[in-house]
Order: sequence, then C-alpha cells, then structure tokens
Amino acid sequence: MSAILELKGLGYTYGKGTPFEKRAVDGVSLSINKGELVGIIGHTGSGKSTLVQMLNGLIRPTDGQVLLEGRDIWEKPKEIRKIRFRVGMVFQYPEYQLFEETVYKDIAFGPTNMGKTGDELDFAVRSAASFTGLKPELLEKSPFDLSGGEKRRAAIAGVIAMDPDVLVLDEPTAGLDPMGRELLLSQIIQYHKQRKNTVLLVSHSMEDIARVADRIMVMSKSRLVMFEKTKEVFSHGAELEQIGLRVPEITKIMQELKNRGFDIPDGILTVDEAFSVLSRLLKKEGKIW
Amino acid sequence: MSFITLKDVVYSYEDIETEPNAPRAVDGVSMSVEKGEFVAVIGHNGCGKSTIAKHLNAMLLPDSGKVYVDFDDTSDEDKTFDIRKKVGLVLQNPDNQLVASIVEEDVAFGPENLGVEPEEIRKRVDSALKAVGMYEYREHAPFKLSGGQKQRVAIAGILAIRPECIVLDEPTAMLDPNGRSEVMSTLLKLNRERDMTVVLITHYMDEAVLADRVIVMDGGKILTEGTPGEVFSQVELLKKHRLDVPQSAELMYRLKGAGVEVGSIPLNAADCINALEEVLR
Amino acid sequence: MVRDVAFGQYFPAKSLIHRLDPRAKLVMFAAYIVIIFCTFNFVSLAVTTAFTVLFVALSGVPFKFYFKSLKVIILIVLITSLLNLFYGSGEPIWQWWIFKITQNGINRAIFVTLRIVCLILASSCLTFSTSPTEMTDAIERLMKPLKVLHFPVHEIAMMMSLALRFIPTLLEETDKIMQAQKARGSDFESGGITKRVRALIPILVPLFVSAFRRAYEIATAMECRCYNGGDGRTRMKSIHLSARDFISFAVLGLVITGVILCNIFLEPAI
Repeated sequence: MSAILELKGLGYTYGKGTPFEKRAVDGVSLSINKGELVGIIGHTGSGKSTLVQMLNGLIRPTDGQVLLEGRDIWEKPKEIRKIRFRVGMVFQYPEYQLFEETVYKDIAFGPTNMGKTGDELDFAVRSAASFTGLKPELLEKSPFDLSGGEKRRAAIAGVIAMDPDVLVLDEPTAGLDPMGRELLLSQIIQYHKQRKNTVLLVSHSMEDIARVADRIMVMSKSRLVMFEKTKEVFSHGAELEQIGLRVPEITKIMQELKNRGFDIPDGILTVDEAFSVLSRLLKKEGKIW
Repeated sequence: MSFITLKDVVYSYEDIETEPNAPRAVDGVSMSVEKGEFVAVIGHNGCGKSTIAKHLNAMLLPDSGKVYVDFDDTSDEDKTFDIRKKVGLVLQNPDNQLVASIVEEDVAFGPENLGVEPEEIRKRVDSALKAVGMYEYREHAPFKLSGGQKQRVAIAGILAIRPECIVLDEPTAMLDPNGRSEVMSTLLKLNRERDMTVVLITHYMDEAVLADRVIVMDGGKILTEGTPGEVFSQVELLKKHRLDVPQSAELMYRLKGAGVEVGSIPLNAADCINALEEVLR
Repeated sequence: MVRDVAFGQYFPAKSLIHRLDPRAKLVMFAAYIVIIFCTFNFVSLAVTTAFTVLFVALSGVPFKFYFKSLKVIILIVLITSLLNLFYGSGEPIWQWWIFKITQNGINRAIFVTLRIVCLILASSCLTFSTSPTEMTDAIERLMKPLKVLHFPVHEIAMMMSLALRFIPTLLEETDKIMQAQKARGSDFESGGITKRVRALIPILVPLFVSAFRRAYEIATAMECRCYNGGDGRTRMKSIHLSARDFISFAVLGLVITGVILCNIFLEPAI
C-alpha cells in the first residue's frame, strides 16, 4: 500500500525564543496509507490539535517535514493554499464558520476558492450536501435558520465539497446528542467507503473511535506514544489509563473477564462482538441453546 | 407539596393564542423535585428538557399549567428574585456565563446584585470556590482556564447566591472527558456532602446513571421516569426512541433475550463484570 | 498569535501598587500624562523617569511582562525617534544628503523615546495592577456626580467591564474562524485592497453572529444571577482611600512641583 501522508520528525514550538516558549508537538514520525481511517486520541493539550493543523499547512512546523504523496508540503510556501484543498480540515464546532446568505453558497465557498465554476461547482456542492445527509431543499435557506445538527452538516459539507484526498475531522460529533452523533458518524463511514479517500478522525469518544478506526494514533504530552491497529491499541488498557485515557466500557468488561480466566480474545470493541463471543461461550457450556 | 412542582406545564416559543397549532416545546409536563434529591433529565435536543430547566427559576413562564418553587408560583412577578435566589441555573457554555475578568470577582457578581454586605460576600465567595475546588484559582483570568474549570467557576457563581437547588442545563456538553468528570464529581459532592438539591439536564447516559432519579423526555412529554436501574433496564423503549443505553446494560439485555438468566440489569462496568462472572461460572 | 499580547492585562499580585485605591491610580495616571509631556529639560525628564521606574519596581510584576508590552510599540518608538533625530533645528553636527543631525534633534529623539517608553510603562503598570473590575468600579465612582444629569454611569461601567472580559475570548474566536476559513482556501495575504477587504467578510460575519449569540446568553446568565441594574448593588471589594494613597499623592505632588520648578528655572533642552 502506498503512503499518502508521511510525517518525519515533525515538531512545533510555540513562541520560540521568548520566555513563553512551549513545545506542543515533539518528534512525530509516521506514515498513513491511502484509504485508511485513522483515529487520533489524546488529552486536551496533548498536542493533537497542533499536529492536525500542521497536516494542511495552517501551522508551519518548526522541525521536521510533512510529506503529501512524497513531497514536502512546504516545498513552495507560496502554493500552500493548494495543499489546503488536498488536505481538508473540519475544525471543532465548524458551524461557527458559516457566513454566506444561503447554505448552497456557503458550501460552494471552498470549491470556488479552488477555481471551480458552473456544472463542476454545482456537482461538488450537491454531492457534498448529500454525503452529509443535508436535504436538498435546505440548500436555498440561510445557514443561520438551520437547526444545530443541520448547521454542523452544512459546515462539514463545505469541506467535503473541495473533494480532498485526506479529510481531517476534529471532534465532529462534539456537543451533539446521541442520535445526532450516531447519524453523523455513520455518514462519515459512508463517505469514507464511497470515496475511498483517507480520513483522520480526532475524538474524545473511545466508543466512536473503536467503531470506525482502522488504526489509532495516541498522543500524550506532545509525543506520539502509540500508532497501532485499533484492537491492538485498546488491548493496552492499562497503558492508556496511565496517560489518562480510557478504553470503551465494553472492552474493559471483556478484558477483565479474560483476566479472571475466561476464554475471551483481546480487544473486543463493540457490544455486537462481545455478544457473539459470550453467546458462543455459553452455548459451548450448554447454558443456552 | 414538593420543593419544586410542575403541573401540566405547556410552553411554546411561539404565541399559541394567535397560532393554536404552533409546536409546543413542552407539552403537558408534570413532575416534582424533592429537597436533597439528585434528578437527571435526559432526552434528545429539542425534547423540551432545556425549556423545562428555564421554567424552574422563572426564566420562562408556562403558557398554561403552573410551576411552584417552595410554595411560590413562578408567574408571580413579585417573587421572581426570591425564586432565583432559591433555584440557581447553570448554562451550557461556560464562557458566556462568566461576566468578570477575575474568577473571584465573577463569583461575587450574584451576591453583589443581591446587595449583600462586602464582608459577607467575601465569605460566600471563598466558601463557594472551595466547594468546587477552584479556590487556588481565585485570582486567575477566566479565559485562561480549561472548560471544566470554567464550568466549576460558573457553579461557584451560583453557589455564592446560596440557593437551595441548582439546575444545570447540559453543563458538560461542551467539555472534554476530564472536564466532564470534574463537573460530575463536583455535583455529586455538593449533593452528598452539602445536601444540595441538583437537577441535571444532560444527554449523557453515564451521567444520568449517577442520579437518584431519572426523567426521560421525548417530544415535549415525559417518556418514563424512575431510578436509574428502572429506567435503563427498559433498553427496548430507550432504543426505540434512539436514546443511548450504557454498554453494560445493552450487553446484559441482549444476553437476557438470548435466554441467559440475568438478575437486575447492571449499569456500570464493575457490576456487569460480576454479573457475567456469575453467569459464566 | 493575538492572544500573546500582554498589554492591557491584569497581573494578580499583592504589591503596594496593587493595593492603591483604583480611583487614586486613575487620577494620578491622568496627572502623570500631563506632566510627562511638560518635561522640557533633562532634570525634569530624569525626575519623571525615576518616578516611573519606582512605580514599575513597586508593582511586583516581573519585568518580562513590561518588556512584552514595550515590544508591541518598539517600531513606533523607532520611527518617531528617527523622525525627530533628523528633523531637529539648529547647527548640524553630521550631514549626509538630506539627512542632518543636530544637537536639538538628538535631544528631541531622547525625549520622545523616553516619554513614550515611560507612558507605556506607566499605563502597563496601571493595567497590570488594577483588575478591570476595579478599573470600571473606579470610573463608575469618579463619574458618579454625572448621575444627577441622568447620565447612565452604572450601565456604561458595566458595558466597559463586559467588553474587557470578552476581548480575549473574541480574539481567540477570531483566530479560530480565520484558521477555519483558511482551511477552505481563504486568502488574506494577496490581492489588491478590495480583494483583501472582501476576504474579511467570511471572518466578520461569523464573528458578529457569534457575538450576538454570546450577548444573548450573557444576558440570560446575568439574569439567572439576579442582576437588576445598578440600584441596590454592593461590591465585594469596597474601595476607600488610605494612608498609602495619600503618600503616593504626596510623591506625585513633589514630582509635579519639581517639574514646574525645573521648567521655570532651567533652560529648555528642546
């Protein structure tokens, strides 16, 4: 598999050379494959926000490199805008960036900046809206008349409409209720499956990350401490707890049962998995049929 | 009568006298809160739970029905400030509740409005900040604090008014997991150690599980209520209304459906592990 | 980043300057601005500079914070002192092309630099040592006599203190919105003036929308905390003049007298 993003010794120091100097990201090296869905977890202040903002050149690294398909994104600093179209970034609470008169125009902002016009633009806007589950009749409304959940969708559509090779989402479900969270998450999975592009998802919800991620990056104190397959990461429950993160509740339950001597595999991530493992076990022992 | 009583409360954000078919945010809710209770109200956005919260301290008045706080009718305008002294309301966004540039001056804002003597304000501010564990930060600027810390200062700002009940409208919705647990443990401490009546509006089930009583709302009405055990064992009802269920409860519920003999439905990991061990042995 | 600006921020401490009555500090600051621009010779300049340094030293705020606020205006100081350096009157000491330096020019440059630096130090000292609440409280009390004329003194003071509270929050928000729009390809760095102004719309609209939403929420929060205008309000930190305020007044009085005497008896240097 070919790497789409490669980080080499990436680091960032805020306020370099002042008394307020602070190392936010330190020596991160890794490579992300085309078409992967990578989860990023870590505390507030672990450096994950700074890290993702370096991926599309919003922050220029003080050390190291970001390679997009093998080329340093800062090779031509004047053309950094082009990188931002290829690595799309959805910030936390993205609905606060809506500004146009209509939802349609707002979604069109990014692709228009790329130079798209006419049918191409129309297609980009409409397909992005449908990916996020935004009803077509909402497109002509003012974004400020939408409900909270719809605003969030419109804002995410505004980034998807640029058709980026890599889509970074910083806590896309923050502040939504369970139903909204569920819906948005399944739409992101849908989008990932259909467009087959790379998605990076920052989240505080271990349950969400467990459900969707192929691999997980764990950040702690400005450093990358783990970058493994999802099952692998969540089978290190004790280590995660040490850096103040948790594992999904179901994973914890099954791990503890295993520790108590039952025949249960590592890294159970969902209730479905747990249910099938337990019912198989119970059938074997003849406790259910 | 209970400390807070709601009787058939109906409320619409539009004028229902001119528009009789306008959607009702709250549609015939009757409930009560006893002194010293910890009540959680859960439901989706738009289910009416935040509207209920604003009725408890006379920020909103019912279109029909009545709200009584300690025997006072909230629609009696002379009582508005008495009611707000008894029932404090903490809102979702911690940033927009802190009005002063220094933590302790913000906490003093409430008692200052009530015309409390300066020495008494000082005492109240110090004890409120200690109660939420933010005393060391009394001279900090609010904008430099974390979300959880800001929300605890907002709670202190309400405590300094010396209310009998504190109502929180989704206080953790904008916080990270650490902030959420800071706020939750503060609330539990206030309830258990100081006998503070707490009404927590939330959409996080893991928070509701910690309450004495849970009220589930949907479409402006009360769907079900009871102890967390009673409410969360109705997995099917909750799932039908697309509400979250703790993973422990969901797993045990499904095993029960498959024919496993299960006692009470566990609500947290520890109980679930013990229940499963018993089944498997 | 915009958040790093130190100028105009309170620094909590328990120094003598912090404990001065904010009204006294405001009145003294006003008087100070007048005298710093009335220093016309080196003796009076030295006296006012010494006075400034004394206050800065007594404020208990680490000097690096003062340095941070000076850094913001260093360019302005450089430009104005250079202008003064080359546009002095009198006999040139050194000349090249249209640039000439005179003794008068050198003096002017020294005066203007020291005056601006002193002014920044003094105003930083004031804002570092006085919390915004104290400041607005002091303004409210100093303006109290205007209430007779139905001037909304309390309302204006409240507005000021809310504005001061939310400036950092709004700056942070501006920063976030800018990053988000840049991620969608906004370009603030190139193009002519109209293009650059147009590029601000995607920032200003969300900022205004959010400011209004905030204002509404803040009003709700204030009502929840029993806010009902200025009548019957008390203050936790009651302010009153004490011995240290009178001592400060006396010191300032001496400085003023000194400056006046110098101006009468000594030759002006500029």
